Amino acid sequence: MSDRRNLFNKVWDLHAVRTLPNQQTQLFIGLHLIHEVTSPQAFEILRERGLKVAYPDQTVATVDHIVPTADQSRPFQDGLAEQMMSAIEQNCDEFGVRLLDLKDGRQGIVHVVGPEQGLTQPGMTIVCGDSHTSTHGAFGSIAIGIGTSNVAQVLATQTMFLNRPKVRRITVNGELAPGVYAKDVILHIIQQLGVQGGVGYAYEYAGSTFDAMTMEERMTVCNMSIEGGARCGYINPDEKTVEYLRGKPFSPKGGEFEKAADWWLSLASGDEAEFDDEVTFNASDIEPTVTWGITPAQSVGVSQPLPKLADSPAGERVLLGEALDFMGLAEGEPIRGTKIDVAFIGSCTNGRISDLREAARVAEGHKVADGVKAIVVPGSQLVRQQAMEEGLDKIFEAAGFEWRGAGCSMCLAMNPDKLQGREVCASSSNRNFKGRQGSPTGRTLLMSPAMVAAAAIEGQVVDIREFAGAAV
Amino acid sequence: MSTEIKTVTGTGIALMLDDIDTDRIIPARYLRCVTFDGLGEHAFEDDRQQDPNHPFNNPKYAGASVLVAGRNFGCGSSREHAPQSLMRWGINAVVAESFAEIFFGNCSSLGIAAVVASREDLNKLAAAIEADPTLQLTVNLEDLTVTAGDVTVSVTMPDSARDALVTGEWDYLGQLLSAQDQVTKHAAGVPYLNGFTA
Repeated sequence: MSDRRNLFNKVWDLHAVRTLPNQQTQLFIGLHLIHEVTSPQAFEILRERGLKVAYPDQTVATVDHIVPTADQSRPFQDGLAEQMMSAIEQNCDEFGVRLLDLKDGRQGIVHVVGPEQGLTQPGMTIVCGDSHTSTHGAFGSIAIGIGTSNVAQVLATQTMFLNRPKVRRITVNGELAPGVYAKDVILHIIQQLGVQGGVGYAYEYAGSTFDAMTMEERMTVCNMSIEGGARCGYINPDEKTVEYLRGKPFSPKGGEFEKAADWWLSLASGDEAEFDDEVTFNASDIEPTVTWGITPAQSVGVSQPLPKLADSPAGERVLLGEALDFMGLAEGEPIRGTKIDVAFIGSCTNGRISDLREAARVAEGHKVADGVKAIVVPGSQLVRQQAMEEGLDKIFEAAGFEWRGAGCSMCLAMNPDKLQGREVCASSSNRNFKGRQGSPTGRTLLMSPAMVAAAAIEGQVVDIREFAGAAV
Repeated sequence: MSTEIKTVTGTGIALMLDDIDTDRIIPARYLRCVTFDGLGEHAFEDDRQQDPNHPFNNPKYAGASVLVAGRNFGCGSSREHAPQSLMRWGINAVVAESFAEIFFGNCSSLGIAAVVASREDLNKLAAAIEADPTLQLTVNLEDLTVTAGDVTVSVTMPDSARDALVTGEWDYLGQLLSAQDQVTKHAAGVPYLNGFTA
């Protein structure tokens, strides 16, 4: 008999330990990823209560948010960052948790490292004290961001209480036009459904557009599910998922891998699967997309004008006005041609090797515009090494980009990489919130890595489809 | 070991903006810490610097414990530093049009009463607070109302979170620990923990 459950519900049911009288589920967690920002207070709770880490083998730590990307020598120049680094080292040592630190060779952004190491696998429940944990859903797992109290709960019990969300299938069919990337697809979806459109839902991304995407592109899409208000997003595992995981350090080995692969593929939502809601888009309607405001939903296709207050719903005008005012942009004007001061390529959204290849293809043979500061920050030490083997670092440096060490960098600026004053940054990251990139008045325009590279070279927002020399 | 939270009473503060994200509630530079101590004084720091009229700057609202807010409050990062900073500033209840889910979950873990009201009712509460900043507001989780002087509005809250607060079981760690034997048994049936033999 066919299983009408979608992947989300199959995986949820498998991990449900018990249901509380208030209907919350105690859910077993298969993989707990931790980093230096949201874990120290959680370890302190364990210490205060005399508790151990229940499943140290299912717990892996790395460092990313506070790591400097220029001078990584210890002690860090920022005493507070050094204190956090020492804390995670001591906590992992004391509680027996594997730490992929700067000396390890595999350090990087937690959401880049998990998949890269094969820690992230289909059918798992995955949590991390970071909202972009939704990234790991690209493998067909339930992957959610949690707060520090939850981190303590998961460390101590490998479980947490959750309400089961509804599942919305978002189908996108068709081939993406040249110059349109996974980043544009997810920005388009968020623009259409809103920053709180996903509240109460898990998003299943389905359709030929996602089928055609590489695993890295799928990670970009799932990464930003949280920006649409969804607690998580996922894509059903397929042969690409299996091939990506084959031979990864933490993947099952030998005959066990084939058994695992069979199980992974069996989890996918079948033709009969039921959903709480359905939304459909056409790939051909999506163009290179750029945010202009202070939430990831405030975006436009690069050839489109900014919205006009008078044409907007009355309930939206205060927010639109606040955003236009903060950004210093005028309603009805094109986003194309907006001058930029900084270009940032990196982050858990777009700091993987394929992102750097796309950006390098655009940058090759060009020069960063006068007055623009452009930095490239690989998502992990292994991405950095791979890029250097391919000579991408040389292409970037020849074009005038700075080539940095791995970390979160200027996505949220908990390290020395920050905007200054009212600088405008073309960024491949995930949030354009006020103050997000380290300056309270700094301004962020989100776009694909290829678009960031082109903006760096022209010194302004350009349409990648018209960019001279871009191999799109 | 938690305490029952059936009502929260105190003066109010209104911040009627939508999509207030966790970066605005507590800017990322204040996350460079290994404890939550001292986060209270930095709540809305950057917004306060840019807007001298920001309610969190206004001494009239100092000591307020009920925050009245707009739509999609607490969107963005999962950082518990955000509700921690509000709590340490003095906020014990948030009444908003809607919440981002992780932020809501973090509030529940900390015993902050986060309840939902209609825009119209939020505007009434905000007006009452503005008219008299010394007015006592009461968020009642048993009958799901917020009262501010003559104004009483209905609010909603998911049963799971409400039950946890009113029964004093919002500190989940003890409850989770009590089922560890069941967890161990359950884990044995999870395919990736048993060599995919299940």
